[in-house]
Amino acid sequence: MALATRTDRRPSIARTFWGSTVGKKTVMAATGLIMIAYLAVHALGNAKIFFGAGDFNDYGHWLRVMGAPVLHREWGLWTARVVLSASVILHGVSAYQLSRRDLKARATAYVHKRRRASYATRTMRWGGIILALFIVWHILDLTTGTVHPGFQEGHPYQNVVDTFSTWYGNVIYIVAMLALGLHIRHGFWSAAQTLGVGNATRDRVLKAVANVLAVLLTATFISVPVGVMTGVVS
Amino acid sequence: MRLTLRVWRQKNTDAPGAMATYEVDGISKDMSFLEMLDTLNEKLILEGEDPVAFDHDCREGICGACSMVINGDAHGPERTTTCQLHMRSFADGDTIDVEPWRATAFPVVRDLVVDRSAFDRIIGAGGYISVPTGAAPEAHATPVPKADADYAFEHAECIGCGACVAACPNGSAMLFTSAKINHLNVLPQGAPERESRVLDMVATMDAEGFGGCTLTGECATACPKGIPLPSIAAMNKEWLRATRKAGKR
Ligand code: HEM
Ligand code: SF4
Ligand code: FES
Repeated sequence: MALATRTDRRPSIARTFWGSTVGKKTVMAATGLIMIAYLAVHALGNAKIFFGAGDFNDYGHWLRVMGAPVLHREWGLWTARVVLSASVILHGVSAYQLSRRDLKARATAYVHKRRRASYATRTMRWGGIILALFIVWHILDLTTGTVHPGFQEGHPYQNVVDTFSTWYGNVIYIVAMLALGLHIRHGFWSAAQTLGVGNATRDRVLKAVANVLAVLLTATFISVPVGVMTGVVS
Repeated sequence: MRLTLRVWRQKNTDAPGAMATYEVDGISKDMSFLEMLDTLNEKLILEGEDPVAFDHDCREGICGACSMVINGDAHGPERTTTCQLHMRSFADGDTIDVEPWRATAFPVVRDLVVDRSAFDRIIGAGGYISVPTGAAPEAHATPVPKADADYAFEHAECIGCGACVAACPNGSAMLFTSAKINHLNVLPQGAPERESRVLDMVATMDAEGFGGCTLTGECATACPKGIPLPSIAAMNKEWLRATRKAGKR
């Protein structure tokens, strides 16, 4: 088997990637990083809420006209939506398939249990599920308004204040953002390993960047409901 | 020392297994863990019972045969092989749990013995260099930079024990496979097969039913030879490089 002369042709790159644990993890890492980059921009945009309704609603309006006059109205927004939807789906499907495989590869548990790995590492799968549910709720709440009684199209500031004036709006949001922080903490560093840029000398830097990113993003996102709750934003 | 042992007993791959409890007495703290098991087995044989089957060969920490999980840790509490683990790491009166490696790709053969031939098939897929046979080449014919030689040697230390798979919550063989790939891929002798090696070994690793890597780091903590976690990142890098090159052919 091993010594046969190789005259075979290899499967296509896409097949090789999707069929391999290493390749599928690469898909996860790349889509995860796309989502982190998006979230960094998203967090900055959210921070505009502290400068008043005018500023925030202008920003909401700009999202629709960004890239103008080269891009037609909402072309930029729809490009972002398509890329992000594809990322969430590819990331989620890879996570599901790899997790299924991992659980099968260790079907029998040890009788003698002991605690393993860090909290962020152990919560990647549950955290991911929380994030997936949150993404659905968040879009239905603040983009389409489907689950948002009294939703006003074109008035994002008012809608945000409205959401965070309910206790459940705050709880859902804050729990999801804590899950996000943990996910990014392990995820950013993991993505570096998966993409092969991690090594012994860079390890501390990568871990530090992951922690800073996780804390900054989580804190910025949570500052909005806290702002509404304390009346800084109203 | 007097100890209570709880050992996994299983007649064969298909039979159900269970933990069985034994008392052993007269254990010296200078005995190795395997000598302690030998003592238990002598007692079991005298009592007309089946001895506990376990793998062992060199008993000097270089063959990688002595696989068992002791109190939830692959090879027990010290970072070494079971044959190099001494009873002074335990206290008189302890209860010690002993289980086989747990991974779907390593089926239990009997008691603590598992079938690790999946590792051999991963090696067979590319863990070699193809050279024309004949007289041994002059040692200095192919210069190797010192840093590369050290890197290759660090990874060549892997003894294929499987502790990394046993410790991994996903039963993943990435640390083992990365050790074998990095060892040869960094050397000039390994260069002609650099791409096919990583592609074929990773594909075989997947086909054998090992799990994927979630960067938990349990493998590197358990490895008796100190193969470091970044070896996996280095393998991923080699794999990505090889897929790019294969795409251009
Ligand atoms: C759709 C919901 C999501 C699910 C189900 C999910 C699930 C997962 C899982 C299971 C992992 C692998 C964990 C591990 O290796 O231990 C992972 C990794 C990762 N996730 Fe997510 N996640 C989701 C959303 C997100 C979001 C919103 C981001 C961006 C902030 C993100 C960024 C990452 C990154 C960067 C990784 C590391 C990839 C790697 O290990 O190479 N994920 N995710
Ligand atoms: S990498 Fe370490 S733990 Fe894994 S087989 Fe090699 S020596 Fe054993
Ligand atoms: S018996 Fe050879 S390494 Fe333990």
